[in-house]
Amino acid sequence: MTETIKKTGISRRNLLKTGAAAAAGTALGTGVITGFPTIWAQNPITLRQFGTGVSNLNAIAEKCKADLGITLEMTATDSDAAAQRAVTQPDSYDIADIEYWILKKVFPTGVIQPMDISRLTYYDKIVPLFKTGKLLPDSVIAQGTAPHTVGYVEAPGEKTFAKGETGWFTMVPTIYNADTLGIRPDLVGRDITTWADIMDPAFKGKTAIINVPSIGIMDAAMIMEAMGNITYGDKGNMTTDEIDATIDFLIKAKQDGQFRAFWKSFDESVNLMSSGEVVIQSMWSPAVAAVRSKGIACKYQPLKEGYRSWGGGLGLAAHLEGAQLDAAYEYINWYTSGWVGGYLNRQGYYSAAMDTAKEHMSADEWGYWIEGKAAAGDILAPDGTVMEQAGAIRDGGSFEERMGKVACWNSVMDEDRYMVRRWNEFIAA
Amino acid sequence: MNNFLSRATPYIQATSLLLILGFFLAIPILLLLVVSFWDYDFVGMYPGFLTFNYAETLGSWVTWKTYGNTLKFAALVWAITAFIGFWVAYFLAFHVRSATTQMILFLVCTVPFLTSNIIRMISWIPVLGRNGLINSGLVGAGIVDQPVEWLLYSDFAVVLAMVHLYTLFMVTPIFNTMMRIDKSLVEAARDAGARDWQVIWNVILPLAKPGVAIGSIFVVTLVMADFSTVQVMSGGQSASVALMMRNQMSLLQYPAAAANAIVLLALVLFMVAGILRIVDIRKEL
Repeated sequence: MTETIKKTGISRRNLLKTGAAAAAGTALGTGVITGFPTIWAQNPITLRQFGTGVSNLNAIAEKCKADLGITLEMTATDSDAAAQRAVTQPDSYDIADIEYWILKKVFPTGVIQPMDISRLTYYDKIVPLFKTGKLLPDSVIAQGTAPHTVGYVEAPGEKTFAKGETGWFTMVPTIYNADTLGIRPDLVGRDITTWADIMDPAFKGKTAIINVPSIGIMDAAMIMEAMGNITYGDKGNMTTDEIDATIDFLIKAKQDGQFRAFWKSFDESVNLMSSGEVVIQSMWSPAVAAVRSKGIACKYQPLKEGYRSWGGGLGLAAHLEGAQLDAAYEYINWYTSGWVGGYLNRQGYYSAAMDTAKEHMSADEWGYWIEGKAAAGDILAPDGTVMEQAGAIRDGGSFEERMGKVACWNSVMDEDRYMVRRWNEFIAA
Repeated sequence: MNNFLSRATPYIQATSLLLILGFFLAIPILLLLVVSFWDYDFVGMYPGFLTFNYAETLGSWVTWKTYGNTLKFAALVWAITAFIGFWVAYFLAFHVRSATTQMILFLVCTVPFLTSNIIRMISWIPVLGRNGLINSGLVGAGIVDQPVEWLLYSDFAVVLAMVHLYTLFMVTPIFNTMMRIDKSLVEAARDAGARDWQVIWNVILPLAKPGVAIGSIFVVTLVMADFSTVQVMSGGQSASVALMMRNQMSLLQYPAAAANAIVLLALVLFMVAGILRIVDIRKEL
């Protein structure tokens, strides 16, 4: 007898991959960066990179080969597999491309070596969000695993994270974004301003949240707090009482018929929204773009409580040394030098070194994606299709408006074992 | 020597199967059993002998409710597929006269299986949805005012999709056993004055039982292990045992998932043993 279950999930990054592959050709043709040392071409170096974020972007590997002569062998995994591989097979990779909450668990096991910031050419261009936790001087530091809390160590060999900025950087940030609720503006019939709106009785049976426990619980926490039911000590690291309160609340809402569905994969969220089964739900930004590309109105609605954010970066494996280590630094410096940043920004993600990325984007692209201005001309996707018409304004506005209002970062809780058990109760209830 | 060789022959012949089953079945299950007693945290698993995973699994009402829910799906799907499967097979075996037509019609039954089961499952969504074919038909015809909500993302949708996916697993073995039924038995029953339904009830059904049993094993094990159909068609509203395991695995809680898998395995083996006890399928193979 054969087992015929197949995995259908498309993660937001897998989605990128398709677009990225299509775009790779064009991207190569426009290669303009020169002036990088090409010593690696004579003495071929291969770096093995695995992980969740940029490892899905073949265009980056091809561009890296062209610019540096370094061959990148990329393996894309989902975040859970990435976490485990980072710890259990430290010799199987040279560069770990992981999210910050994974780093928090992985770094103390000693498989990642910190980077000497004096060797990072563009270190001073990295946005302060990753150094101090504040994008703007008056920003409030978000809850959860904020990248700056796991960004530094005092010295190589240290297993605990430093309190503030030091000369040793654990990971160079690469890709990050702010997530919020997606809505069907044509069907909700009113202004949506807060996470609590998803619990409005008017939307009974027309809402959905993500059924991935570690992310779903955060969305639920944003909703709970917005409704004034509870104030969490740290949404990213709840106590068992807080978990109980959150799950009990979800169970009650489920039994009252508030939710139409709980989605697990990217395509499910797109279908729920585009078919009109759901008018307000947890969503990822490429999913919003996918709904819109069908000609259906969909908005990535900014909410007054702020965003739930996620971010990843590149870390160096502990075993790297000599020429390989030099090449890894070379790669990371190339990475932050702008081309990749522009590429990511144009996909709706954010690059860590904004100033360098700017040089690789047209003024209109920069205005639309980063400054929150109305697009002067059509905004094109990397594959050349029109993503937004002239005149469009990005949901949530500028980079500073969006990333300046992060309420919590994706994280892993100390009580995650208990949390998953309770989450299963919610799904079974 | 000769004597020894002749005694050893059956063992040697069985060795290849033993090796295959050993490597691909026994060892993995043994590992699963061992791991189910281990301790774990985010970064790894720690060998040990803890009954914690079982205590947590069996001591929770979620497990019982989830098993209850999965068994409910299994029972409903089994009953419906057995009913449909029997009549489809009966039609093919006894009403279609030419062997060519029989084979053509049987192949027609398998046509949907040329696509992936995910596609077959997802195709129901535009049919059953709030703005789907059925609802727009009903609303358009004025039969209902509001779209019928329970068509999609409900237990109904799950059972419907499973029946669609698994009926062929019932049709095939039943058809196979029915084809072996000696037609003269039916004639003899008729000569003895049996009516149509008496022929079916007293002759065909008892002789087709092994096929029903094999089909039941397929359907029951498939439904018990299913997570994608339940997730997609219930919209995550309904839990299944496999979905519960998947949630655990997604947070690297492998020992907990392993304990769950062992419990499920024991239950399914028990059910299969029950089926085999009622029907001796070896008689017909």
